[in-house]
Amino acid sequence: MDWSIVQQGIPTYEKAFLLTLKLSFEGILGAIIVGLIVSFVRYFKVPGLQRILGAYVELSRNTPLLIQLFFIYYAFPEIGFKISAQASGIVGLIFLGGSYMAASFDGGLNGVPKIQVESGRAIGLTDWQLARYVVLPQGLSLSIPAIAANVIFLIKETSIFTVIAIPELTNTALDQIGMLYDTNEALFSLVVGYAIILIPLSILLTWLERRTRRGTFGN
Amino acid sequence: MAHSGINILFEGRNMVRLLGGLWISAKIAAIAIVVGLVLGIVLGALRTLHNPLLRAILRLYLEFFRVIPTVVLLFLFYYILPQNFNINMGAESVATLVFALWFAAEMSDIVRGGIISVSPHQVDSGKAIGLNRLQLYYYVLLPQSIQLMIPATINLVSRVIKTTSLLLLISVMDVINVGQQIIEANGQRYENGSFWVYGFIFILYFILCYPLSLWARHLERKELVNANG
Repeated sequence: MDWSIVQQGIPTYEKAFLLTLKLSFEGILGAIIVGLIVSFVRYFKVPGLQRILGAYVELSRNTPLLIQLFFIYYAFPEIGFKISAQASGIVGLIFLGGSYMAASFDGGLNGVPKIQVESGRAIGLTDWQLARYVVLPQGLSLSIPAIAANVIFLIKETSIFTVIAIPELTNTALDQIGMLYDTNEALFSLVVGYAIILIPLSILLTWLERRTRRGTFGN
Repeated sequence: MAHSGINILFEGRNMVRLLGGLWISAKIAAIAIVVGLVLGIVLGALRTLHNPLLRAILRLYLEFFRVIPTVVLLFLFYYILPQNFNINMGAESVATLVFALWFAAEMSDIVRGGIISVSPHQVDSGKAIGLNRLQLYYYVLLPQSIQLMIPATINLVSRVIKTTSLLLLISVMDVINVGQQIIEANGQRYENGSFWVYGFIFILYFILCYPLSLWARHLERKELVNANG
């Protein structure tokens, strides 16, 4: 291991690090929005839409991100949709993450005790008021640990973006290995890059899980 | 003029080659799952013992495999083993090793979670009738927690199958790698080559994983009914 090589690479890795963060952020934000929509449609059992989104969830959960990306980046242009590599990455992350986020929101919404909903009905709340004042505040906070776990999962998945040549962390390291043969140095910078993002998040997740468990009624 | 795209799948030996690639992915996944399952059950049981050092080491092992993206794990083993430890393994063996260790790490957490959820009365009763520690695990703890572990294990298996898509990154001749070659070789004559080949592989993965996810969900629902009943 040659530390001067590691040091020289810092600016390049910093750029890659920021790109990983940026793409993760955009993809995860999109995934949360899609997840919320899917989860609401399922919670309120919107006819028709429920089926279509159900099919989306199954496709998204049961196929690997890599082939989803290949399809978006290489196959879509053949049928007339051309999008850049980075946009493909974000779209892929949203497509994959949406269903995982939906499952987390489902878990939270269904975790709200039935008696809460029944009590709300009993005091004459409308469906909308019930959602706004009873189900959502409790359900969303229950789903936070699962959302955080998905955030970690999706950030890790961005490493697959390397296959469509997006210059994020993994791609940068592979470039360095391929062109300069600095294998150890490249892998070291790569692991450090992910560790800086993921270790604090994973500690935060453990803390969130403990808090939410304490926050539930009767514990 | 280009041919109708779907024929790219059936031209020459293309279909046989694609399925051959799938076989390699399946073989790697199967060996990794079997090895990882056995290792994971042992490690999971060890993590319920009251030995702080052992627990810390196994926790660290789990967190390492959980925090580092699988792509990076593959590269770490693929490049570091030959270069720094002089261990020369083929790409397929490296992938099997990484997947097995990763599966074992995740499995150990499932097993640990299952075992600690067995009611303490069961353990006390077992001790009262004179079971030793090994018997306690074998006759009391594992049989009662196995039901709880199965859905999570099925989901883990499905994750491993999906993760085999990464094999291409360390140049294993898996189904996606073969697909790429077919697209490149026939790209001149088929305009929609990527669409059909990647679409086919997409469906292939879906056919493998969808039944597993249905099965896991079915078992989870049954478990819920049992628990409420």
